[in-house]
Amino acid sequence: MNLFVSAIQWILDPANWVPGSQSPLPIQDRLAEHLLYTFVSVLIAAVIALPLGFYIGHTGKGRQFVISFTGAMRALPTLGVLFFLTMVLGYSMVSTTANFVGTMIALVLLAIPSILAGAYAGLESVDRQTIDSARASGMTEMQILTKVEIPLSLPLIIGGLRAGVLQVIATVVIASYVGLGGLGRIIASGIGLNDYDRILGGAILITALALLIDGVFAVIQRLTATPGVGSTRQTEKQSLRRRAPGPSTTVGTPLQERES
Amino acid sequence: MNWFLSNWELVLELTLNHIRLSIIPIIIGFVIAVPLGRLAITGRTARGIIITSTSLLYTIPSLPLFVILPAILGTKVLSDINLIVALSIYAVAIMVRAASDSFASVSPDVKQASLAMGYSRWQQFWKVEFPLAGPVLLAGMRVVSVSTIALVSVGVLIGSENLGYLFTNGKQRGILEEVGTGIIASLLIALVFDLILVLLGRILLPWSRSDKKSQSASAALQLQIKAADAA
Repeated sequence: MNLFVSAIQWILDPANWVPGSQSPLPIQDRLAEHLLYTFVSVLIAAVIALPLGFYIGHTGKGRQFVISFTGAMRALPTLGVLFFLTMVLGYSMVSTTANFVGTMIALVLLAIPSILAGAYAGLESVDRQTIDSARASGMTEMQILTKVEIPLSLPLIIGGLRAGVLQVIATVVIASYVGLGGLGRIIASGIGLNDYDRILGGAILITALALLIDGVFAVIQRLTATPGVGSTRQTEKQSLRRRAPGPSTTVGTPLQERES
Repeated sequence: MNWFLSNWELVLELTLNHIRLSIIPIIIGFVIAVPLGRLAITGRTARGIIITSTSLLYTIPSLPLFVILPAILGTKVLSDINLIVALSIYAVAIMVRAASDSFASVSPDVKQASLAMGYSRWQQFWKVEFPLAGPVLLAGMRVVSVSTIALVSVGVLIGSENLGYLFTNGKQRGILEEVGTGIIASLLIALVFDLILVLLGRILLPWSRSDKKSQSASAALQLQIKAADAA
């Protein structure tokens, strides 16, 4: 536990927060970079993945594509993809630009599957009868999507974003390890200097950031849930699968646990 | 192809080590997660504690976890044990969800019928619940296997010898083919492991082939969404 105490002392040491210090300090600059990379890449990924997921979820076309695509993307080693992209771009760009652009592309690619799957799974989870009655009452397909499907599936859509954001935060750690900014630089320089306080301090900062952002998303998910939807959806899913009503959980439901 | 042809021995050695480093966490994950997952469906409190704590562990990014573990375990920073423990933690985190979902999917009528037939709780678990939970457990294992194999390569940053070495070495020396070889080899291992798991499922769970297919596919999808955040 001594190690943790001195790592936390390292984090709290004002000397590590002085503006204009030599990289990887000050801590707040690395933190800002980390958040900026995360925000920009998730935003781009969402602009691509959300409409696609809504289309697949609304029409039901391409379900198999989502499942195999998300599976295949999982199998890609992040570190390799990151290096491969930056090297390929390095043939036509200055290395610092190539590192930045390559990393951004890698981050966007890695965030897309979660967001896509969340949007698709969200729309799929909406009760068919609700959609049918929306259609019967004269709503256009666009109205059904924006006024019925998306609001009802918001917690799952946000769950996909949550997973995407956390994956990007973790990948930025590795990216910063290979030349970009971000909190990973602190660990990298710690390993270089053989300074375990710095390694552990950096690791604690990143972990705290990930847990904090995960917590924020958990709260948003809870706030965006439509009251009463969960239970009807479950019974409907169960009857579709011809299974007897089980205990409080079913296979298809928990994208994010409700209890957390 | 030139680089690969003159370095295939290195690739083979790293691949074997990569496989070794992946298999251990996958198996540990299964062994720990199944009882935890069964425990999680015994009540809301148990489920809350188990699922919340494992998903919190899962939120920790991989590289920080690799370097935090030596401080907790007292191991050396460059030891492979840190990598194996970290990957086992992630495997458990994914697998606990799958296991608790799978046990929850077993019909209570079937469980009660087995009790009525005179099965003990122990027999009921092994002869009824565990086999019926099989298809969803398998879907979980497939996600665990794929993500573990992909994650092992990050271990190279803390000195582990695996296919990740081809990434760092290839980048340093500017050999794109080396990095590409590492990616392909890693994908191939993931593919072979997946095929083995599917085959195991066919042999051990012959009844599940048609009926539960779509069910385990969507279970896998849900898990992947959750699984995405470890990197």
